[in-house]
Amino acid sequence: MNVVIMGCGRVGARVAALLDHTGNHVTVIDTDSRAFRRLPPNFGGETIIGTGIDEDVLRKAGIEEADAFIAVTNGDNRNIMAAQVARLVFEVPEVICRIYDPVREDTYRRLGLTTVCPTTTVSAIILDNVMRGTGEGSGARGGTT
Amino acid sequence: MYIIVAGGGKVGFYLAQHLLAEGHEVLLIERNPDRVTEINEVLGAVALPGDAAEAATLVAAGALRCDVVVAVTGEDEDNLVICQVAREKFHVGRTIARVNNPKNEHLFRMLGVDVTVSQTNYILNLIEQAIPDRSFVHLLSLQHEDLAIVDAKVSKDSAVANRSISEIELPPNTAIAAIARGAELIVPNANTLLLPGDDIFAIAHQDQEDDLRRLLV
Repeated sequence: MNVVIMGCGRVGARVAALLDHTGNHVTVIDTDSRAFRRLPPNFGGETIIGTGIDEDVLRKAGIEEADAFIAVTNGDNRNIMAAQVARLVFEVPEVICRIYDPVREDTYRRLGLTTVCPTTTVSAIILDNVMRGTGEGSGARGGTT
Repeated sequence: MYIIVAGGGKVGFYLAQHLLAEGHEVLLIERNPDRVTEINEVLGAVALPGDAAEAATLVAAGALRCDVVVAVTGEDEDNLVICQVAREKFHVGRTIARVNNPKNEHLFRMLGVDVTVSQTNYILNLIEQAIPDRSFVHLLSLQHEDLAIVDAKVSKDSAVANRSISEIELPPNTAIAAIARGAELIVPNANTLLLPGDDIFAIAHQDQEDDLRRLLV
């Protein structure tokens, strides 16, 4: 699979490394070349310096042949814009977009983007653990202890 | 009208000032609290600190009763999302975005922003007009049906020089609106002759500008 990842932070670098390790062709975009240091030394994919909201940068990253695009920079709006470009301009089959703000996440999920919201996901896990600690397990993770 | 302006830089500030002077109700949303204080000192209490792409900020700003949202921050991604959230979540009837990178203008409209303003293109056009002896200048893009207003100078060797308008075959959907000859402005009819040195102001489809250039210049 050809995968383009925008944002080489902790999540971007980890997803890139895992996909590369499992035999996919990975290209990572970041505005800061120092971010690529997060990739493991044996990373076999490509790195491109630039912003993923620029169509020319996306083209250079091989978006036209990509099977998947993953937007995981720190900026919600940047991720949202790049994801829409990938989906509507380049018609990438699988587009995943990280949005921290739960309200914006809900808006764009309704508009048809595949979204991941760390705020709601992490909050749910934390709450679940807190509740289990007090013996009021929500059952979300089995809850039988 | 109730207008929300997102972004309190120079463009947002002067836009808010202008709209207030015209008697509109204006609320300006700006991320930097120090800038909000500065603006409020000059314009009165019109600026609200916050992120205009956040629903909570837009609720506090009364987005549900607002007629127009204008997003003029320096970041294209912010302007896009502010307009999309305003439209999708608050059903704002008209959204206007400043586009910093001209490449994004088409994309913004594809993604549902009603009006885009590309300052880079405007500045390029103005500079182009200021350069002497340009024979064909794109003056203005009209968003309606992708029309453009152009200024073409008729040269001595032009195929249309010394011919009347009725003798010229213009590209389809193109109109000659006016002719400037020295200090005189002529509203042309079929018998008007085009003379070398005339400035022709024409309205054309943007994709026909090249045909028009070949014909007139």
